[in-house]
Amino acid sequence: MAKDELMNYEKALEQFEVVIGLEVHVELNTNTKMFCGCRNEFGDEPNTNVCPICIGLPGSLPAVNKRAVESSIKIGLALGCEIAPTGRFARKNYFYPDLAKNFQTSQYDEPIAFEGALEVEVPSGKSFTVQIERAHMEEDAGKLTHVGGSTGRIQGAEYSLVDYNRAGVPLVEIVTKPVYGAGAEAPELAAAYVRYIREIVKGLGVSDAKMERGNVRCDANVSLRPHGQEKLGTRTETKNVNSLRSIERAVRYEIQRQAALLAKGTAIVQETRHWHEDKGATSSGRPKSDADDYRYFPEPDLVPVQPSKEWIEELRAGLPEKPAERRKRVQAEWGFADLEFRDVVNAGLMDQIEETVAAGAKPQAARKWWTGELARIANSQDKDVIDLEISGAYVAELAGLVDAGKINDRLAREVLTYVLAGEGSPAEVVAKRGLEVVSDDGALIAAIEAALEKQPDVLDAIREGRMQAAGAVIGAVMQAMKGSADAGRVRELLIEMANT
Amino acid sequence: MSELIRKNASELVALLKKGEVSSVELTQAHLDRTAQVDGAVHSYLHVGPEAALAAAADIDRRRAAGEKLHDLAGLPIAVKDNLTTTDAPTTSGSKILEGWIPQYDATVVKKLRAAGMPILGKTNLDEFAMGSSTEFSAYGPSKNPWDLSRIPGGSGGGSSSVVASFQAPLAIGSDTGGSIRYPAFVTGTVGTKPTYGAVSRYGLVALASSLDQIGPVSRNVLDAALLQDVIAGHDPHDSTSLPESLGSMTEAAKKLDVKGMRIGVIKQLTGEGFQPEVSARFNESIELLKNAGAEIVEVSCPSFEYAIAAYYLILPAEASSNLAKFDSVRFGMRVTPEGSPTIERVMAATREAGFGPEVKRRIILGTYALSSGYYDAYYGAAQKVRTLIQRDFDAAFAKADVLVSPTAPTTAFKLGEKLEDPLAMYLNDIATIPANLAGIPGMAIPNGIAENNMPSGIQLLAPARADARLYQVGAALEKMHEEVWGKRMIDFAPELEVSN
Amino acid sequence: MSEITPDLVRHLANLARIDVTDQEVDLFAGQLGLIVESMATIRAAVAGDVPATSHPIPMANVFREDVVEPSLTQAEALSAAPDSADGRFRVHAILDEE
Repeated sequence: MAKDELMNYEKALEQFEVVIGLEVHVELNTNTKMFCGCRNEFGDEPNTNVCPICIGLPGSLPAVNKRAVESSIKIGLALGCEIAPTGRFARKNYFYPDLAKNFQTSQYDEPIAFEGALEVEVPSGKSFTVQIERAHMEEDAGKLTHVGGSTGRIQGAEYSLVDYNRAGVPLVEIVTKPVYGAGAEAPELAAAYVRYIREIVKGLGVSDAKMERGNVRCDANVSLRPHGQEKLGTRTETKNVNSLRSIERAVRYEIQRQAALLAKGTAIVQETRHWHEDKGATSSGRPKSDADDYRYFPEPDLVPVQPSKEWIEELRAGLPEKPAERRKRVQAEWGFADLEFRDVVNAGLMDQIEETVAAGAKPQAARKWWTGELARIANSQDKDVIDLEISGAYVAELAGLVDAGKINDRLAREVLTYVLAGEGSPAEVVAKRGLEVVSDDGALIAAIEAALEKQPDVLDAIREGRMQAAGAVIGAVMQAMKGSADAGRVRELLIEMANT
Repeated sequence: MSELIRKNASELVALLKKGEVSSVELTQAHLDRTAQVDGAVHSYLHVGPEAALAAAADIDRRRAAGEKLHDLAGLPIAVKDNLTTTDAPTTSGSKILEGWIPQYDATVVKKLRAAGMPILGKTNLDEFAMGSSTEFSAYGPSKNPWDLSRIPGGSGGGSSSVVASFQAPLAIGSDTGGSIRYPAFVTGTVGTKPTYGAVSRYGLVALASSLDQIGPVSRNVLDAALLQDVIAGHDPHDSTSLPESLGSMTEAAKKLDVKGMRIGVIKQLTGEGFQPEVSARFNESIELLKNAGAEIVEVSCPSFEYAIAAYYLILPAEASSNLAKFDSVRFGMRVTPEGSPTIERVMAATREAGFGPEVKRRIILGTYALSSGYYDAYYGAAQKVRTLIQRDFDAAFAKADVLVSPTAPTTAFKLGEKLEDPLAMYLNDIATIPANLAGIPGMAIPNGIAENNMPSGIQLLAPARADARLYQVGAALEKMHEEVWGKRMIDFAPELEVSN
Repeated sequence: MSEITPDLVRHLANLARIDVTDQEVDLFAGQLGLIVESMATIRAAVAGDVPATSHPIPMANVFREDVVEPSLTQAEALSAAPDSADGRFRVHAILDEE
């Protein structure tokens, strides 16, 4: 990959207006696939959740999953969309080996939901209205593994293997209209928008909403045009950016890359691009071409979806509270200061903190863990904190152990690493690894006595009021007990021993 | 020839019930007949004596044990080779599927098995049911038992000839534009295309999803009714299958009464273009109905003029998408070109080698009809013609209970005669296509001998879901024909030479 | 001059993933040209405001409950595959971008 030339970000924004568009795919958490009764399950043995329908055997026919339709309508309603009186499935025809029928059953000109809007606040506190063009139902493709050549890459692979377990998993694709006016904050807005979508679908209970697992995927369209120009510039579509950080970085990168090209008078190629997290860069993918003639037509094997008013109202009545109302409510309940609360919202941590508080933690303790240590760990692993494999209940348990004096802060951080590694709940880790703070005076006294044997002058020094001498013993005790001693108690015991 | 195999299915059912013949005897008699004549007729692509006899023996045992059995239990049947069967290959007449043993049974096949009907074998067809003569079968044409130098109709020439040559009392066919009715016309047999959705399409290798319908092939109307009653009914695996029952066809076929029925003669499907003797036989049938107390009216369906054009856009469009799954990945043939080919080249080479010329022609035509820039002019316009044709039918059925026309313009032509002229071949379907476009039921019954000493026939059409009317009028008319001609039409067929 | 040119036939065959010989291209161009010409009449027929019919029998809202049904075993799924490895369908390398 040739290294792209990039323009300084501020300079790019001086010269060009940024227009973005976002396509977010949400994988629904139904029990079964979109069009067949196979389990919608991640990580099973290859080709075990498959049937004649999802591997496209001749003669098989699709049948629509009712819950997937309900989930789609709920998403549409939560995004303020109109629900179409008639939605229709269509076939999108193209050949690819992960597509069992060589057409994707999707929706084309009659999507289930359309014309919505979402208020999105970026970290600076500024708000933008993102117009939603449509939300439509479709099925996922299978999974390709490329073997030989440079491993895992399509180029130079000797052959590829196909697993259709994911083929037919229900997706809702949410497409925005072009978003203007975000300026320098376009990358932040893109990331914030996706974060909002995640919160919404998670709140609706229709998706597990984990980006790392591909439950939520984003394709980001970016185009630039000189300030004042009416006509939109040529756009690129950066595919499957799989974390919020990456969305922000990828959009920023595209702005700088396109600006550099346009400044040189080079035309932007309309193409898909791929984001490389390791290199922090996008690379050229497939150009749009004749091969993109998808020959859409109404799926003749399925009949239209015509949700009745009653059905829609029933689903609307079951929606959780609106995100803005919820934010107001929880901030009051938790008593967070505005800045504290904004950090929480920007990190997308409301659900986590709510869950942690619900499991018994104090709101401030919950906030401290999530925006502090957990955020630090996520950052060191190049992840979003919400993608860490830990539940609010575990964080609450951890905070509880600290409050009860069972572990100290240092131990708590250690416990956390084992919990994240999948060793069990904090209490289980403490028990299994014997990480509890030793509060048994007998063990502490024995350790102190052992330390005093090597430093017999310390007690005299303490009696003489030279308290700094105690430090050497306390350090030795802590070392001997692998940190599980309560340093304060060791000091108290030492003073007691000196004075008796 | 064993007299047993010449009997109508309804008679055989009575013999089976009374214990005068066993299912094994009956099945064996038909298998013997196949051994004698199928070398010349070539109705079958696959004969399955072991499976058929095992199923027959099972029914005999259960009957002996006094089990309550389905009315048709023990009656053997042949199945068109575009229905999936787990115990026999399914090729759909194509090289690309050679040797495929499906992993599931079609719903209709399941119903036949559940009724205890031994499946004798899989019958020949034009490749993927594209054709009117079986000459496009990749495995060679079937012959017309009346004259082996002539075509048995298509696409279901295997099913029509297997019944006409007494190799099976009943067969299953599929009708997309006349593939049951046209073969019935040229072989002096009875064929019904039920209302679209009356019989599940699950497991039918799809040609054109919005036109395909499975139906019975038999030697008389009552037998067809018996079979339709076995295979009809809602199937959750086929979203287009009708939710409601259409009632008993068998009871309708036993009424034998047309008094007061309004019979509409379709102006556009008589006269010019129809052979004189075909027209003469048709007029005689109308006279018979009139004499039996039916009221004859003329109806006009002006949009039928566009039916063939609409059909030959809709069919290839849907077929081009349905046949995309034949890509050498999950089933079927794989052709690997020289060198180190990519999957794209393997797919293209496989489809080149695996599909015959008519299939390629229609796929390319369908791809054109759907491609961007042409959709509205072709596929879109064709779907509108469909609306016009439905309106014509609505108006006609306001005046008549049942509509009639000759089933096809000319009696069976010679093998090879129209092979190089697709347009001439397509004209055979002029009278049968409108029913598929509108989804209404149609039935073809023989009505005498016409040009070249070959059978002729009349088509009956009824409104959607009124299949029972076809059986009522068809059975009554059949009885009148037999009275006039002195015996069943099939009994005019010359004896086939028997090989040992 | 028919609108079905040999180049168009090649393009369509490529979209449909079918190799075609030069001979086939010429044959199909001729035949399809005739067929398409004979079909052009329908455009006049539907010039007015006519809705399209994509399903012959109008129905709506046919759904399946979200209940798991038995799947094929891996061996069954792969039983008809021309090639497989490691429980997966094996295909030739894909000519594509990264």
